[in-house]
Amino acid sequence: MEGGTVSSTGQGFAAEPVAVSNLSAKAEVWLWIAQRASAALLALCVLVHLVTIIYAVRHGLSGAAILERTRGNAAGLAFYVVYVLAIAVHAPIGLRTLCQEWLAWRSASLNWFVAAVAVALFVFGLRAAWAVFA
Amino acid sequence: MDMLQVSVWRGAASGGYRTYEVPRQDSQSVLDVVTYIQRNIDPTLSYRFACRVGMCGACAMTVNGVARWTCRTHVAKVAKGNAIEIAPLANLPVVKDLVTDMRGFFDKWARALGRFVPSATRKDAFARVASDSPGRVAADAGIECIGCGVCYASCDVVSWNPDYLGPAALNRAWTLVNDVRDGARRERLVAVAGDAGCHACHTHLSCSERCPKSIAPTAAIAGLKRAVALAAWKGEL
Repeated sequence: MEGGTVSSTGQGFAAEPVAVSNLSAKAEVWLWIAQRASAALLALCVLVHLVTIIYAVRHGLSGAAILERTRGNAAGLAFYVVYVLAIAVHAPIGLRTLCQEWLAWRSASLNWFVAAVAVALFVFGLRAAWAVFA
Repeated sequence: MDMLQVSVWRGAASGGYRTYEVPRQDSQSVLDVVTYIQRNIDPTLSYRFACRVGMCGACAMTVNGVARWTCRTHVAKVAKGNAIEIAPLANLPVVKDLVTDMRGFFDKWARALGRFVPSATRKDAFARVASDSPGRVAADAGIECIGCGVCYASCDVVSWNPDYLGPAALNRAWTLVNDVRDGARRERLVAVAGDAGCHACHTHLSCSERCPKSIAPTAAIAGLKRAVALAAWKGEL
């Protein structure tokens, strides 16, 4: 049952995608998918991150002892790169929706703003991950 | 005799509440109260109703802050002591007093492609749809909507984003997406995609909570989100 049948029966119509932002409805759908996918990843990453913190605190590890474990730990670095990436994707999309709904900020400038937030989160997050690795 | 203190919205977008004293009776509906005021106290009060028995959906109003069918709402159930506050439905322009302009609400049904688009002609045989087929079951869950606007008035996302199609239009679209006889699945998914469509829903569930027909538009919207996302993934959008 595809749309082609419709025009062949002479009942053609234009389905208009509805989008209030200046992005296309299709782009909005991809943002939604990206936010849900990154949320699924974050659920796992946050869990691992919290368990690691609680482990370190409960075992009384010093800063030096923690650094000893993280320095040169490629698996640890890979984990935090994924974590930071997921944050940089997830948070700005949610922030964008908040700005649209609560501040009625819907112009193109909002997209640039959240893109800047995404880059900042990614850069600062990577910097932190790198700092405990190198 | 017990008297009810009834605050009723008078005016349009600007206006105020006026209080009326209405005799309290057994098994009294909120619609009875509004009708009493209009017929015995103030004939200039405007409100809308038709069937009085929960079939038409015309009498939906905001009662003590909650959107309801006034004909199916007993005073005893909602009165705080002897006080009731009655206002027009939220999220819709007020024409006068308790009457709202429903055009925007129904225009959104059209924007969501909420009409059946036949894929067969009169020369084709009747479609056979098994009553227990998944599509029929999914459509059945939302098909009883009578368009009263209670869900729309209860939706936070509509209040934040006036372009949002809203629960009723999206619920209607979902019943059609599940109709195997319909020939506009792709067009409909395009029409309901994006930040004014199903993906704007925050799953607050107010629509499902307040629907007088116990329909769950939230579930319909979740179905649309999945169907649209899948179509986007397959490059069909």
